[in-house]
Amino acid sequence: MADDLTFSTIAQLADRLAARDISARELTQATIDHTSAVENKVKAFNSLNPEDALAQADASDARRAVGQALGPLDGVPISLKDVIAVKDQPLTAGSKMLENYVSPYDATVASKLKQDGAVLWGRTNLDEFAMGSSTENSAFATTRNPYDLERVPGGSSGGSAAALAAGQSIATLGSDTGGSIRQPAAFCNVVGLKPTYGLVSRFGLAAFASSLDQIGPFARTVEDAAIMLGAIAGHDPRDSTSYKTDIPGYRAALAEKKGPWKLGIPKEYFGDGLDPEVGAAIETAIAFYRDQGCEVREVSLPHTEHCLSVYYIIATAEASSNLARYDGVRYTHRSADAKDVLDVYYKSREEGFGPEVKRRVILGTYVLSSGYYDAYYLRAQKVRTLIRQDFLNAYESVDAILTPTSPTPAFKAGEKADPLSMYLSDIYTIGVNLAGLPGISVPAGFSSAGLPIGLQLIGQPYQEADLLAIAHAYDSAHDWSAQRPSL
Amino acid sequence: MNYEAVIGLEVHVQVKTASKIFTRVGQGYGHAENTLTDPVVLALPGALPVMNKAALDAVIKAGLMLHCDIAEVCKWDRKNYFYPDSPKNYQISQYDQPICNGGYVEIELPASSRNVMGEHKQIPLTRIHLEEDVGKLNHGAHDSLVDYNRAGTPLMEIVSEPAIQSGEEAYAYLTALRTMMVYAGISDCDMEKGQMRCDANISIRPVGQTELGTKVELKNLNSISYVRDGIQHEIKRQIAVVQKGGTIVQETRDFDGIAGTSQSLRSKEEAHDYRYFPDPDLMPVRVDDTWKQRLADECPERPFDKQRRFMADYNLPYTATSVLVPDLALSDYFEAAVAASDKGQAKQVANWVINDLLRELGAAGQDLADTRVTPAHIAEIVKLVDAGAINSNIAREVFAETFASGESPAAVVNRKGLGGETNADELEQWCRDAIAGNDKAREQFIGGKESAINAFKGPVMKASRGKANPKLVDETLRRLLAEG
Repeated sequence: MADDLTFSTIAQLADRLAARDISARELTQATIDHTSAVENKVKAFNSLNPEDALAQADASDARRAVGQALGPLDGVPISLKDVIAVKDQPLTAGSKMLENYVSPYDATVASKLKQDGAVLWGRTNLDEFAMGSSTENSAFATTRNPYDLERVPGGSSGGSAAALAAGQSIATLGSDTGGSIRQPAAFCNVVGLKPTYGLVSRFGLAAFASSLDQIGPFARTVEDAAIMLGAIAGHDPRDSTSYKTDIPGYRAALAEKKGPWKLGIPKEYFGDGLDPEVGAAIETAIAFYRDQGCEVREVSLPHTEHCLSVYYIIATAEASSNLARYDGVRYTHRSADAKDVLDVYYKSREEGFGPEVKRRVILGTYVLSSGYYDAYYLRAQKVRTLIRQDFLNAYESVDAILTPTSPTPAFKAGEKADPLSMYLSDIYTIGVNLAGLPGISVPAGFSSAGLPIGLQLIGQPYQEADLLAIAHAYDSAHDWSAQRPSL
Repeated sequence: MNYEAVIGLEVHVQVKTASKIFTRVGQGYGHAENTLTDPVVLALPGALPVMNKAALDAVIKAGLMLHCDIAEVCKWDRKNYFYPDSPKNYQISQYDQPICNGGYVEIELPASSRNVMGEHKQIPLTRIHLEEDVGKLNHGAHDSLVDYNRAGTPLMEIVSEPAIQSGEEAYAYLTALRTMMVYAGISDCDMEKGQMRCDANISIRPVGQTELGTKVELKNLNSISYVRDGIQHEIKRQIAVVQKGGTIVQETRDFDGIAGTSQSLRSKEEAHDYRYFPDPDLMPVRVDDTWKQRLADECPERPFDKQRRFMADYNLPYTATSVLVPDLALSDYFEAAVAASDKGQAKQVANWVINDLLRELGAAGQDLADTRVTPAHIAEIVKLVDAGAINSNIAREVFAETFASGESPAAVVNRKGLGGETNADELEQWCRDAIAGNDKAREQFIGGKESAINAFKGPVMKASRGKANPKLVDETLRRLLAEG
């Protein structure tokens, strides 16, 4: 059955492709066909490239036929969030501003996946310029949660999470600035990994907040996430913030690293606003780790209450500057009414940006203004250092930190009209970005309404091998991620 | 009331690197529009800057040449403003942690006469920082087109303290700065190509007042002479305003170097809030002692230091040093020739280089790099003349041959049989014949008319076919005339 193929893991497909049990063309064709069947409900993609994808699949089959297959990703369809540049493909960032823009170059992650033989399939929907937690801020469509089409898939990488959950791709890439991989992963019952800041090159990622953005994978299992991370991680001379470190065999580490581990439960993450069913799922996961011989102890991250304010100062400040290049002069939308250069700026940006982007650009411009810089931006940077120090202090006594990914399961589209209530849905994920740490969301069960719940594990800087092993211990002992939505 | 001017200069110097400051695409002048671009230059979505180390090296070198403190750590800031020549709508620059602090530019003021060294002065610097250049707007009748070739060219901003007092000082400052940058290979500083650009902040105050007056910024000064003229014009304008009871308005003015007039561009009310903040795409840079030392070792001797050394060590006149020193290649050539010559011949070497080599180069329309005359050739010709093997007239003939063919002077002399045959007996006979042939001149000379001796020299030189050493001829004639 085609569905079995498109809901398979990379690990399973790699074996079947290697055994010549299936071809890359069959797998890609099945993915295209299944997408055609469900896309009108899910709306995960901004653009599709079926002919190009099949050509890539044929090239993969040709390699394999002469014994030159490139590894576990060769011939596997992988979808990239529509904010990561792929040569000759559209790159909209979910914005009217870039509606007609085609990238002339590959992001480093895209060229790495191509080098590994992956079939780059479609461009997944997102909140405009990755600003949002529901994918409702896309200029093109609101992606739906495959587990409940009334609900959002989370955001901003909602398209990447939903496409994977709906069997429209085998693995996907997203970007995570404040939780944009982990929260949609939790909402859509998939694994989502935000790597340590600097582990994966940002070259080719249309920037939202440069000091927080990080590309990472969505996958069906932690093992698949490990395969994906191995493919995209590594120092890139084109990204000055990319870190020179050895990339271990993440997949091999899953079997090698057995624990038991010391896990920290931050008391600040279990207060008001946490949905009881989410809380119960997390308690069950904690009990699992205890049963495995892990020591679970309470830790404190005392500056947690400041995370949201610090985040919305730093992220918006950087965004206000990063988005200045979308000005109507060169490759963006340009207002047809523009009569002079100021018109080009004002009207093109008025027409090209949606309300959430405008809100953040205005906020960021304000916090950087003369006379306010010290009070907002500079102070936020100082508090950010304290937030990071909180985590590093905790890691003196624990190997990883365990929290819910999101305080609630997926909410309904249109439910959070107030921006602040939307911002609060990232309350458990934002600190990880501010501290530059790796974090992973792993499927941890369902609510009584059948909505997925995510477990977040937060690791130490550049210790993704340990983090993945800890997550794998839970993931491989449960079959949550094998569940499929009924579409 | 007497007024004095207080002037500070902001000089932008393009750094001569192979590629742009944040990407590998090449930089240069005169290429077809928008050909020196790539995703980084055009600020396409996802493009990121990476610092060009050669640009950093150059600005550190500039700092070392100009006696600055090199910061142990410097960082990069975004200067946010919208303008179509700026692809990102922010410029990556350095705000509060520039790479070079303090330092000074040694200048030489004009003296009463060209052959006298003028007064030297140190103009203190505030800072030097590194930033990226912007593109260029080409305005048409109905639209404006942007050319991003220049965008991302590494650009140094050298900011002086308000310590310059006149247009002449500004002229001397820019001349010294340019020589220094060209010397160190940092920039060609061609103002016509925009490789060096200067804005001047000018104010006046009553002599004796310490408080600064309201400053006016003068822009578009695209030659060193225009800087001098523009400043002089602005000082006069400000004094005239104040003397008529008016007040100086803080503004930016445009100076038209051809017309010699200026007009207001904008007043300070439109000042920008640049919303500087540290660029999160670039890491701060730590400059350690090893790095600094390596660049210090690469720095050439400063021009004024060299000039003092040439005067002291080679006993050269000021005028000779002011020809040799400003051109690094020429002064290197000169020193190579001195090294190949005998002790005490430096002055003659300088004369050959300045008078003969430069004249021939000029006549042939060649550069020093083109010439076939080696420093060793210059040394050889000086030795031949000094030894009396050839006289100076023959030497010029020999030099012309060497210049044309690259054949060594000694080889030319041998091949053409130009040297070595003026033996003393022959010379004495020619001198006796000359004296015997002109009684009138002999009597005049004995009677005390010194210049009458010249009348004998022509026939002697003619008899020797030009080869006789004029010094020996003179000595021989005097001896014979004294003998009676």
